[in-house]
Amino acid sequence: MRLALLALLARGPAHGYELKQDLEQLLGSAYPQPNVGQIYVTLGRLEKSGLIEGEDVEQSSRPNKKVYHLTDAGREALHVWFEETEDEPRVRDEFFMKLALAPQTGLADQITLINKQRRQYLTTMRSLSKLAAAENRDNRIAQLLIEGAMLHLQADLDWLERCQEELE
Amino acid sequence: MSEDSVPVLRAEGLVKTHHGEGAPAHAVRGVDLSVARGEFVAITGPSGAGKSTLLHLLGGLQRPDEGSIWLDGRCTDSFGEARWAVERRKAIGIVFQFFNLVSNLSVADNVELPALLAGASPKQARAEREALLAELGLAGKERGMPGELSGGEQQRVALARALVNHPPLLLADEPAGSLDSKGTREVMRLLSRFHARGQTIVLVTHDARLASAADRVISFFDGRIADDAALDGAPPRRAGISGVLELKD
Repeated sequence: MRLALLALLARGPAHGYELKQDLEQLLGSAYPQPNVGQIYVTLGRLEKSGLIEGEDVEQSSRPNKKVYHLTDAGREALHVWFEETEDEPRVRDEFFMKLALAPQTGLADQITLINKQRRQYLTTMRSLSKLAAAENRDNRIAQLLIEGAMLHLQADLDWLERCQEELE
Repeated sequence: MSEDSVPVLRAEGLVKTHHGEGAPAHAVRGVDLSVARGEFVAITGPSGAGKSTLLHLLGGLQRPDEGSIWLDGRCTDSFGEARWAVERRKAIGIVFQFFNLVSNLSVADNVELPALLAGASPKQARAEREALLAELGLAGKERGMPGELSGGEQQRVALARALVNHPPLLLADEPAGSLDSKGTREVMRLLSRFHARGQTIVLVTHDARLASAADRVISFFDGRIADDAALDGAPPRRAGISGVLELKD
């Protein structure tokens, strides 16, 4: 979220609510409920660390609004952001540890664990396909985000299948 | 029993062993299954788990060594080849991974042929074909030959052919197995649409994305049902969908 907000401010100054709308427009329904409170908190932190600066703008019949702009340090942080590659998604997660340790504890059955986990992944996959169907097809960014999430889940499901083949 | 409570499809104790050159392959090892009217069931599992064999048994393309199948409450034990062929024309539509269209017939003829064989008048058959092809976004392609179409388009023609006689049951065997990601989404969208209108569907797929379009997913391993899960009505989870999409921090 921090860097996404910085990146939106690279185009020019904006206030919190505008940034929320920009995010909504960019990510469509694929972005779960942008929380305006969270955006203000993040902007506050960014300001504290000197990456952006806020300026109060008077409004006639409303409280002042704060318009933020990027500082030189903020622009530098963005350069670093674009320069770096990102970590791979996790492989050894909590589920894996449960699966690995279940037989020794005698407290859980591996196949039951796999089946339960698969149900959850499938349910989430189903929500994602519904989301993809509901999202505007022309919003390519939103569609790609959903498709990416689905492909990751698919890999997780394929891996569960492998676990079941090996452990059954 | 009222008509609605009779399952469209029921199987009990299905067993099928393939006797090839090597050791006998136990493709289906005791399967009980009931599919209610309007249900969309996906059968998933690794390749070689026997899920395609199961689908072939359900469509009468292969006969079980043991067990029985009921279509709309009718026991099929005594059905011969010819009778199954009639069922596949009227009661069961099937789509396959490689479309299996008749390559030297036009798109229109591929779709109309099963209607004519089932006793529809040429006029009715044409009307059904026109409506289905329009619905599947293939209007204007009816004079083309299957070989001139993309894979996704061929699968849509196969879907039209399978549905032209309004069968109560649609069986789909890896319908997106030879399609790209875009074609897969298209097949998914169409199956969901027909299901929303009440079509009963049994889909075999190794593709979890496709399976998630169904409202019930059966996990098939080593010839047996390992899990049978209804996807709707599951309790809300902590992370779920927002967990996989959200921007951190």
